[in-house]
Parts: sequence; C-alpha cells; structure tokens
Amino acid sequence: MIEWAVPPRRPLLRQPVALAALAWLALAGLGAGCASLLAPAGPLAADTSRTFLPPGPGWLLGTDFLGRDVLARILWGGRSTLGMGLLALAVAVGAGLPVGLVAGTFGGWVDVLLMRLVDALLAFPGLLLAMAIVALLGPGVSAVAVAVGVAAAPAYARVARSAALEVRVQPYVEAARAVGCTPWRIVVRHVLPNAAAPLVAFAATQLGWVLLNGAALTFLGLGAPPGTPEWGAMLAEGRGYLRDAPWVSTFPGLALTLTVLAANLVGDGLQEALRVR
Amino acid sequence: MIVRYAGRRLVQAAFVLWLAVTLAFVAMQLTPGDPAQALLAVSGAAPEEVAKRRAQLGLDDPLPAQYVRYLSDLARGNLGQSWLHGRPVGRMILEQLPSTLELALAALAIGVSAGLGLGLLGAVRPRTWLDTAVTSLAVVSLSTPTSWSGILAILLFSLGLGWLPSAGEGDLRHLVLPALVLGFALSGSVARLVRARVVEVMGEPFVLAARARGLPAWRVLFVHVLRAALAPALTVVALQFGFLLGGAVVTESVFARRGLGKLAVEAILWQDLPVVRGVVVFGALVYILVNLAADLALGWLDPRLREGLA
Repeated sequence: MIEWAVPPRRPLLRQPVALAALAWLALAGLGAGCASLLAPAGPLAADTSRTFLPPGPGWLLGTDFLGRDVLARILWGGRSTLGMGLLALAVAVGAGLPVGLVAGTFGGWVDVLLMRLVDALLAFPGLLLAMAIVALLGPGVSAVAVAVGVAAAPAYARVARSAALEVRVQPYVEAARAVGCTPWRIVVRHVLPNAAAPLVAFAATQLGWVLLNGAALTFLGLGAPPGTPEWGAMLAEGRGYLRDAPWVSTFPGLALTLTVLAANLVGDGLQEALRVR
Repeated sequence: MIVRYAGRRLVQAAFVLWLAVTLAFVAMQLTPGDPAQALLAVSGAAPEEVAKRRAQLGLDDPLPAQYVRYLSDLARGNLGQSWLHGRPVGRMILEQLPSTLELALAALAIGVSAGLGLGLLGAVRPRTWLDTAVTSLAVVSLSTPTSWSGILAILLFSLGLGWLPSAGEGDLRHLVLPALVLGFALSGSVARLVRARVVEVMGEPFVLAARARGLPAWRVLFVHVLRAALAPALTVVALQFGFLLGGAVVTESVFARRGLGKLAVEAILWQDLPVVRGVVVFGALVYILVNLAADLALGWLDPRLREGLA
C-alpha cells in the first residue's frame, strides 16, 4: 500500500539520531581538545621497536610504520581537522552571510551585483574552486581551510538571501523602515534574527561539506607537510601499508566519516526541528 | 516562446562563463611570480633572455591589452602554456580527459540509477523501516569521503577477495571499483532528491484526482508522479555534475588513475599555475554547459517554465 501523506516535524530533543550525532561531535571535539591529556606523548612519538602492531592493549588502534600510536595521532589530528573545519565554516558564514542578507534585504542593483558574483563562483565545481585557491595561496592546512570556506561561501550566500527575501516583506520590516531605522540596523536587528532558523540548519550541513572537502584536499597532499597528524593526510599516508596494516588508514577515515555524518545528521535534525524546507 | 526562454538562458550562461573566466584572470594577476621567469627557470636563463621572453609573452603590455588577448586566446581554445613542461595546457587537458570522462560517466550511470531506485522505494513507503533504511543509506553515502570508501573497497575487493585490481587502468575491470565508489557517493544525494520530490508530488491534487478516477497505484506512481517529479530532479542531477568532477579527482588519486585530477594535483604541488587555471576554467565550462543543457531540457519538458510562469 502506498502512503500519500506528508511527514510531520519533530523538536531536536525528540530525535535520538540527531542527539547521538551531537554527542559524537562533542566527543570528537573533547578528544581533540584534551589530546595533550589523553595522549601526553604526542602524535609524533615514534618507537621503531613496535611498528605495525595491530590494535591491542596499550595501543587501542594499533601503531603505524614508525611505531606511532594511531589513536594518539587521531586525537591530535582532530585538532587540525576539526580546527580546519571550523575555520572554513567561519570563512563561509563570514563571507556568505553578509552578502546574502544584504542582497536579499535591499534587492535592486545591490542584489543583482552581489548575486552575479555568487553565480560566477558557483560556476566552478566546488572542489576544483577550492583546489585553485590552494594553488594561489600555496599548500598548507590554513590555506585549505580558507579555500574550502571560500568555495562554500556562495552556497551560504544563496541560502541567506532566500531567507532574507522571506523576511523582508514582513510588516515589521516595513515598520522599521518607516520609523527610519538605518539599513544596517534593519539587517542586523530585524532580518537576521527572523531568518536565523534555516541559516543555523544550513551551517551544520556546511560543516559536513567543508570537512569532507577539506579532508579531500589534505588527502591529495595539499595540506600540511607529510607526517603531520591530520585525518585526511593520515588516510593517505596509510595507503602504502593497506595489506599489512590496514588500521593505519581505516581508523582516521572512520573518524572523519563519523564526524561528517554527525554534522549532516545534526543539520538534518535542525531542519526538521526548525521547520525548514 | 521556447526560443525566447532558450535565448535568455543562453545569454545568462555566456555571462556567467565570462564572469568566471574573468575571475580566473584576476586571480592569476594577483599571485606573485613571473611567468617568463617560471618558464625559463628550469634552464637557468640569463636576465636578457627572461626580458625577451616577457616581451614575447606580452607581459609588458598594459593589463587591458593582456586581458583582451587572454579572452581571444580562450575563445580560440588556447589555454596558455605550462610553466613546467612548456606545452600547451589545452593539449595536456585533452590527453587526460578520456580517462576522467570514462570514470565520471560510469559513476553518473551508477549513481543516478541507484539513487532513483532507492529514492522511489523510500517515497512509496514513507515512515516505514524501508524508508528509514533508504534515508540512512543516503546520508551515509553523502557523508562518506571517497578516499575512505575507496580504501575500504580496495581492502575488501582487491586485497581480501582478489576480484578486482586496486590500481591503474586498462580494461573494464580497472574501472569497476572507482566507478562504484564514486557512484555510491553520488547516489545518496540523488536518492534524497527523488524521495523528497516524489513525496511532494504525491500530495498534489492531480495525483488525488488520478487516484479518485480509480487508476491503479502503480500507474499513478510511474506515469503521473514520476513524470512530474523527475523534471526538476534533472536540474539537480546536473548540479551534481560539479560534485562528480571534484569527486573524480579524489577517486583518481585513490586508485592511481590518470586523469584531470592527477594533472591538477601535480600542477598545484609544482605551482604550475597555467595548468591549474586551465583545468579549473575547463571544469567551469563543462559544468556551465551541462547545467545549460539540463535547463533547456527542462524548459522543453515543463511548459510553465518556457511561458515564464514559474
């Protein structure tokens, strides 16, 4: 039997999956933040007497070709990877939000001008655009973060614009304009708070996107120099030993996948909770 | 009417392409580094020689003149010269294109057919275990880095079972794993989209009318709902082509394949900017053309669009 109804909405607290995803993000953040406590020896501590040990007591996720503890490297690597993701998200929101809000609120030639620029950036496939920016900035983790953030910004501007478009026709915006509020005040005090719901939900989804694509760039070798603990780079580093020591590559990949998945699930949960289409 | 719609869309695409190309020119101007020097650096040329080369390349001309020449070169398909190899970038791209195209098209076929099937399955049984399974699989698909799924696929199918080669290219067997990995990454977003669209269309009055007329459920689904749902899905699949080009870069690296991805990554590591710019501009061109084609097809499928009603 085919069902023909539209699904209902649920608050975030009633969504166990989204809550579990949130818990994973918190755990990953905590692990990266407390890396110096949890793995005091650091991510680079090598011991050539215990190379390629499989997961076991003492080294829960095994050791790599230099005898470095994979779990310690994942914890420390979380700092680079999650830090990169947050920086990229800040760049995407910092550039996309004002552009989209201003374009959506004021319309007219401002809107046309800004959105044509956004269209031009959207004309490049996202990852290729990020690669081009890394080429201009020179390889490095912060270059990757900025590049992926800039590549994500046009999509964020689009969402911010459509959110602002819905709000700007509301009577309270017209009222604010009528009593002589400055354009700046209208955007910040009236449009932004009322357009916030879809923007928050989309930010979580974009965190997933920037992590996925940032780690793709570091996997390609465009991030930190070899040996630096970073999930994408570790994934690439372990490729040479897949036959004998698959854990070197697969565990950082698992950490990355779970984190991207969690960000996407939180984004979906927020969309459902905040009644965003 | 369709001619006017197509004309407007064509002008739009040309404008966006011009903007993108201009952006690439500006970005190149902003980066430090002297192309003449870079071209001759390998041979350790004397300063006079570099100066001569600068004049040859027209780097001493005023910026507007350089810009006009850049545009007219592009229009004639000339993407410049590699600093590292001294070869035309256009030819380097064309050499690598077949390998990437093969991968992208195979992945597109896998991703779209799997996504379509899964999306339909989820949509006809909303809020059942089947729907939950489909939506879960979809979100896993779009959250899994191709680098990781590629490595898992190699571990399982090449090293574990020994069914398929893990690297290189040649016969069809080399294409299977990369295409599956990239196709899987694509299938999630297609499944989500198809599911959402089909569920939405099912709530429309014309579907209720078809049901009320007593048409069998399968007929309503496959004839009425699917046709209405798929037209918009086409545009989003075209948008995913950009994802496919980017995903191909990573997949090529995982499976040690030739292709545009390898070309671009090596160019970035060697700071061979004309090649990077060439690949990116080429990617933008392909992406814009695919989206243009999808929009034109949509205008043909959906009469409301070409009448300017939607």
